[in-house]
Amino acid sequence: MAQPAVQAREIVKWFGEGPTRTDAIRGVSLEAYFGEVLYIVGPSGSGKTTLLSILSGILRPSGGTVVVHGREIWRLDDDELAEFRLRTLGFVFQDYHLFPRLTTAENVAIPLILRRRPWAEALEAALRFLKIVGLENRADLPPIKLSGGEQQRVAIARAIVAEPDILIFDEPTASLDGETGRRIVEFIRTQILSASRCIVIVTHDARIAEFADRTITMEDGRITGIAGRVPRAQ
Amino acid sequence: MLSIFTLAFKLLVNDRAKFAALIVGLTFSVFLMVQMISMFDGILQRASSTVLNTGAAMWVMDPAVTTVANSIPMPDYVLDAVRSINGVKYAVPFYSGAALVKLADGTYQSVNVIGLDDASLFGRLPLVAGRMEDIYSDNAFIVVRDAEYDKLERPAIGTVFEINDHRSVVVGLAKAPVSGLFGIPTLYTIYTRALVYIPNARFTLSYVLVEPKSVDQIPRIQAEVARLGYRALTAKEFVRHITQFYVYKTGLGTNILIMTVISFLVGLSISGQTFYTFILENLERFGALKAIGAKARDLIQVILFQALLTSLTGYGLGLGLCASLIALAKVRLPDYSSTITYTNLILAFVMVLVIAGISSYVGIRKVIQLEPFDIFRG
Repeated sequence: MAQPAVQAREIVKWFGEGPTRTDAIRGVSLEAYFGEVLYIVGPSGSGKTTLLSILSGILRPSGGTVVVHGREIWRLDDDELAEFRLRTLGFVFQDYHLFPRLTTAENVAIPLILRRRPWAEALEAALRFLKIVGLENRADLPPIKLSGGEQQRVAIARAIVAEPDILIFDEPTASLDGETGRRIVEFIRTQILSASRCIVIVTHDARIAEFADRTITMEDGRITGIAGRVPRAQ
Repeated sequence: MLSIFTLAFKLLVNDRAKFAALIVGLTFSVFLMVQMISMFDGILQRASSTVLNTGAAMWVMDPAVTTVANSIPMPDYVLDAVRSINGVKYAVPFYSGAALVKLADGTYQSVNVIGLDDASLFGRLPLVAGRMEDIYSDNAFIVVRDAEYDKLERPAIGTVFEINDHRSVVVGLAKAPVSGLFGIPTLYTIYTRALVYIPNARFTLSYVLVEPKSVDQIPRIQAEVARLGYRALTAKEFVRHITQFYVYKTGLGTNILIMTVISFLVGLSISGQTFYTFILENLERFGALKAIGAKARDLIQVILFQALLTSLTGYGLGLGLCASLIALAKVRLPDYSSTITYTNLILAFVMVLVIAGISSYVGIRKVIQLEPFDIFRG
């Protein structure tokens, strides 16, 4: 069996106190494994984005533990958490959040720049990864000149440029038409996934269900179902 | 480390409209600030023109004197008493008073008349025309060829006019390093003639100019003069005394200060608001950077670098613009008084740093408070 990349135990998260308290996550435990594409699905307000934020070291849980690479991440201070995210995770946001005043290549190079890599070296790596996502001829254009699908691929290149172990996708097909969305997720599945990489995707798009190894369904802050099987170690 | 500054630079300058707005705002603000304080310095320098042009080491005067022009005559014995002080190398009388010149067309022009010690002519200015010894000839005056020279209808050597109904002859034209403040021409003559031409009260001695034997003797001379009931100031002290009068005892200092503060606030509001808008527009991206793994200090470095870069660029451009306009104005307007000093430069630089600090503080606060979780919430 594959090794777990992320292990979450009894995660709870609430917002507010007293009568205004809202329970967003109510005791969730899960594992995500290297070599698998794990979907977290559920209706709006089910807590999937909150759970994703907790798993990726962005939102502190009210209780429970998250272990990544054998480290309990919520024992780290803010700077250590930032360093953890920079070294271990790659993010693709729902709205991409690309800098419109930078070129595509410069946008992709950002994680390396944050790692203090020299500018030229970071751009060189960015061009390499733009080639992987098929956008090497768009390197000098600003993101605003690209289509939605191309922008998504730029965001993917940015997420993988520092070669992280775990990739986090937040609603990757939400802003795309059905066909483009399918192509993107297929690309993620066939080109980005590897035995040493774990991909967690939050989505409510049923059209891309076929590309998941496992699918966790959430409702009202709880896991209501897990479908699929953990892939074997390669 | 450098790559993050390159990133900050590109984020800033690639947003051309905002970058231009920031630069224009700061340039305008620096221009106004430097212009205001330089003009004030120019005015103050002119207010002390007689002290600066005369070149005496020490000035003895009535303690109530506030500016050179407002001299309070002292009795003649003060000159002898000062000369007798141990430590005084020499001391000479100095006259400063106002008179009316009747020009060839019959109109009158106020002038400032300086009377130099007959024997030494101490405090005389270099001549650009004529001979200094001609000052001893009958009715002789030397005209200072400064910004006010035209008001005497550009007299040449030999020109005759009336000063307080006395015939006077121009025997020389002098060059003054610093022009006067009040926009009236200056004439030089010997001390005794000045007393004859200008009506006087009981006492006639405006100032005693003193050369001490050495710098060490200055405190002793000042103490001895104080015992006589008068005040002895070094040239530097006298200039400061005049400056303080204009700054604190007239509305001039307050008005210039208000204008400078307004310029500062204009710069602060333009750059602060533009910079804040710039941060707000990029807030989501800063949040994305935080989510990706940027530490708070990385983002602070980015914002500080951007604020500093715009401020220094605005400072340089504002300063260049101000210096160019002052130079141009001095060519076209001889009366224009404005002087950029190192103090002005440092003061404007500090103000620009304050603008950069406040502008970036607002942005930094916003970015630090930003929760990367908000990025996921959209």
